[in-house]
Amino acid sequence: MKIVLQNLTKIFPPRGKNTSGEVVAVNNFNFEIPDGKLIGLLGPSGCGKSTTLYMISGLQKPSSGKIFFGDDDVTELSTENRGIGLVFQNYALYPHLTVKQNILFPLQNLKGKDKLDKNTMLDRAYEAAKLVQIEQLLDRKPSELSGGQQQRVAIARALVKMPRVLLLDEPLSNLDARLRLQTREEIRRIQKETGITTVFVTHDQEEAMSISDLIVVMKSGVVQQIGQPQDVYDDPANLFVAKFLGTPPINVFSGRVSQGMLYIGTDAVMKVAGVADQEVTVGIRPEGFHLDPNGTLCCKPVNVEVMGRDVSIVSTHDASLNPFVRSIINADHRYDIGDSVRYTIKPHKIFLFGKESEERIRIEVNSDGRK
Amino acid sequence: MVESKQQWKAWLYLAPAIILLLVFTVWPIINTVAMAFMEDYSGLASIGGEATFRFGFGNFTRVVQNAEFQQALTNTMILCLITVPVSTLLALLIAVALNAIKPLQKALQTIFFLPYVTNSIAIGMVFAAMFNVIGSVGTRRPLISSYGIVNDLIRMFGGNWVNWINSGSEYWANMFVMIVYIVWNALPFKILILLGGLAGINKQYYEAAKVDSTPRWRVLTRITVPLLSPMLAYVIITGFIAGFKEYTSIVGVFGESMGPVHEAHRLNTMVGLIYDSLASNNQGRASAAALILFMIILVVTLINLRVSKKRVHY
Repeated sequence: MKIVLQNLTKIFPPRGKNTSGEVVAVNNFNFEIPDGKLIGLLGPSGCGKSTTLYMISGLQKPSSGKIFFGDDDVTELSTENRGIGLVFQNYALYPHLTVKQNILFPLQNLKGKDKLDKNTMLDRAYEAAKLVQIEQLLDRKPSELSGGQQQRVAIARALVKMPRVLLLDEPLSNLDARLRLQTREEIRRIQKETGITTVFVTHDQEEAMSISDLIVVMKSGVVQQIGQPQDVYDDPANLFVAKFLGTPPINVFSGRVSQGMLYIGTDAVMKVAGVADQEVTVGIRPEGFHLDPNGTLCCKPVNVEVMGRDVSIVSTHDASLNPFVRSIINADHRYDIGDSVRYTIKPHKIFLFGKESEERIRIEVNSDGRK
Repeated sequence: MVESKQQWKAWLYLAPAIILLLVFTVWPIINTVAMAFMEDYSGLASIGGEATFRFGFGNFTRVVQNAEFQQALTNTMILCLITVPVSTLLALLIAVALNAIKPLQKALQTIFFLPYVTNSIAIGMVFAAMFNVIGSVGTRRPLISSYGIVNDLIRMFGGNWVNWINSGSEYWANMFVMIVYIVWNALPFKILILLGGLAGINKQYYEAAKVDSTPRWRVLTRITVPLLSPMLAYVIITGFIAGFKEYTSIVGVFGESMGPVHEAHRLNTMVGLIYDSLASNNQGRASAAALILFMIILVVTLINLRVSKKRVHY
């Protein structure tokens, strides 16, 4: 089931009596979510990602715009009739019911021709429990389960009625780091097995990148970029997206383009073809640095952090907009860091942005594929 | 353990409360238990120094065998068994409805809470006025100037007027008035407690129920009631305790005669009986009746707790 969002907008009226201060939570969102894919809505808190999810669920009404499930316009359809499964951030398992009763609950609500007999319901509940691997916990109460187990019960409850669309609101935020890693694989597996179009909301870029087929990066209600995780990472549309994706985060410098040459501070870093002379903001991914005695970018090293596989060199640069410049270098052999460290920059790891607009400035690519 | 040097300070601070409790609560309780076993004891006579009594279970047997006691026990039981479930159910429905609406919620809450801050006797008099038939009732040629508001309503819809509380009225008519009055009077406290409970329920359960297309009735019975069960248990237990102590409501409607003119004391309750015994200088019987009432409340409360243990979640 594909989901189409058409000019979707949500405006919250101002609180209190003063008429100013209405909040545009989601602004003119257009997107077609392909059938059977896992979509991550990503952004900092307050960017409108949860509001978008709740509009798809029907728990919140859009101020304008339309939502389609397949070819059906569901904009005016109430939540009850949309046939969605929703996993809440805090799971919202009924505390007085056992795991089994919780999973059975949606099935017991079915009416008319969809009504199931008792055995079918139990079979379906058991199947759902098996899918999320909690079949041995069926008689427990939610309070007797760990966070990860509760999470699975919530997914089983959402899946048991075979929803057209599965929605997950910050599904991993209540889990500890190790469980989060494991559960996100699990969500991926379940989504692949069921093939249900799934939308999930997260503020954690790593989480979104690791399991999504497509990610949607949002900021202040406006979609910044939509694409496959790797594409968005490698080709950010603007400074916000570049900064938001990636750990450690991208290094940002203030720079200047003059006669086809990019300067960071006083360092003439590289030739940039087809860029007019202007002040720019430069982003360089931590993995975009090459240690090179003849390198063009010169930094003052502060510290070397050994991370086993890699070494991270923490240094400073006068033109850096962050306190430190962090580069990640392969740890195959040791490096002696002196008073200064010189890098050459990998061309596909450096991005230019307008100083004011923060929009991406493309560098012309040569015929051999290099910038 | 606190050092003994410090302890006297603690006792000092507690002393005012302890002394008051000893004099006005503990001693009367001990005295009540003692007096219940003192046969033919007269408080007045004992002041004159002529107290003659012996110990025994005589007070209890006399109380239990007394027809008035049996009537009072029956009345109290009927009132409890009808008013507690009815008022709890109504309070639940009203609380859920109040919780569901936005406009006028505060105003309606205030209206529903008014009976709580109004004097029971005053409310009783208003109820009496509503059900009162003024004129000569029960004579061969009744001369009636007013049937009361309730009868006016019944007549408006084409019914026959009922003699609710006046001379010649039926027992069940009297009881009906009392039940309406007690239920109405018991509502505000229950609504308040249940509204507080409802406010404490996480809204996400209702959103989850909505996502799963749960019918309204099922939301109420499968989600709201179980999640409210601690509050419901509290309201039911205190409701029963208040029900067994019912007295002022009867006085409010019928006056101290505790019944219509032709059948005084017909609506007497356990507490009413205890007061009557005291008034007739029969402290022994009053004490015995008080102990019996205490035992009944204890047993009912234990049963309530027993049931709620199974039914109340977390």
